[in-house]
Parts: sequence; C-alpha cells; structure tokens
Amino acid sequence: MADFDQELDASGLNCPLPILRAKKTLNGMEGGQVLHVIATDPGSVKDFDAFAKQTGNELMESKEEGGKFHFLIKKS
Amino acid sequence: MDEKKLAIIATKGSLDWAYPPFILASTAAALGYQTQIFFTFYGLQLLKKDLTLEVSPLGNPGMPMPMGMDKWFPVLGTALPGMQSVMTKMMKQKMKSKGVASVEELRELCQEAEVKFIACQMTVDLFDMDTSAFIDGIEYAGAAAFFEFAGDSDICLYI
Repeated sequence: MADFDQELDASGLNCPLPILRAKKTLNGMEGGQVLHVIATDPGSVKDFDAFAKQTGNELMESKEEGGKFHFLIKKS
Repeated sequence: MDEKKLAIIATKGSLDWAYPPFILASTAAALGYQTQIFFTFYGLQLLKKDLTLEVSPLGNPGMPMPMGMDKWFPVLGTALPGMQSVMTKMMKQKMKSKGVASVEELRELCQEAEVKFIACQMTVDLFDMDTSAFIDGIEYAGAAAFFEFAGDSDICLYI
C-alpha cells in the first residue's frame, strides 16, 4: 500500500459514519495529502467510490485485506 | 462545481424514522450539498434536547422481531403494555452492536456540517410545544420559507 499522511480506523462503524468521519478528517488535511481509511462495513466499498466521484477527492486505492476494507483518498 | 441542494421534510417522530432524515442530511452535507431539514408535526420530536424516541411493533408487519416472533406472535400481542419499550430497548441494543450511530450523534454531525434545521412554527403552536426543550440553532418558519429553499433544490424528500 502506498504512503499516506493520516490514518482513520472506522472499523465496526456502520453507514454513514465511515464517510462522515473520513470527510471530517479530510477537512483538517492539506490538498494533495493522502488519507488511509480502514473500514469493516461492506457498503463502504461503493460508498467511498461514490464519495470520491462526488467530492472530487481521488480514490487512489480500494482493496480488501484481512477481512477489512482499505481506502486511500487523496484530498483535492 | 455548483453547490447542489437537498431539502428534506421530516414528519415522523419514532426512533426508526428518525434515521432517514439525519443519515441522508449528514451524508449529503459531507458530499458538499447545501442541506435543509424542515421538521413538521411529529418530526418536531427529533429536535428535542432529550430524545425519548421509541419504536413500535404495533401496526408494523415489516418489523423483524426476535425468535421469529413476527411469524407466530399474535398481532394483538404487540399492543400489550410494555411491548413498545421492550422493542425500543432491543432495537437500541441491536443498533449499538452493529456500529449504527445514535440519533443524537447523527443530529450533531448534521449540525457540525451546517445542515440547517427549520421547525414548523404552526405545529409548534398547534401542539403548544415548549421551544426551550429543543436544541439550539433551530430556525422557526412556515411553508413559504421552506419553498424558498426547496424551490431551488436538486433533491427534495418527504420523510
């Protein structure tokens, strides 16, 4: 997994909390920085894809590993 | 990208129906929507500082019940005293165990994200509701004020 600047563990949280927490964390970051989100909600895979498309932040990576979902989001 | 707008009318005051307006509004705000919720009739219960929302199995055939009770438990039994508070407790426990946010938490997230809450002045007067029991940061207005925002909205939901 590529480098990242901040990490957010949203394990155990259900819709829409992973997205809301991610948005809040991104608010405190600089443009170009990368956020690594870890989630267990299977719905978060489609949700982070949709979040990226609608907010203009780039979803650099989305994968499942060890029963958890990992997302790398670059702030626009 | 022009800012999109979401207008929601929240009309229901039960625990289960408290979720859709707050989930959709907080998510929309995170996606960059300018969002307003107009609370009217029983929806005004969602604005109280101390939320005492309950969920009722009565007249709700779609509600999943423990031990398959929705299949064999007589419908009239759901009207027994205490059933509502038992079901409410069970629902809250279930939500907590599944990592679903509380209504209070989602409401706070909405306010943090600057979702605008508007309380229907007419309903407040109709039910003699005590506005000091409501959370701060609410505007009181009527139908015309709602349309000022909803008329320009991209999405408008009646919940």
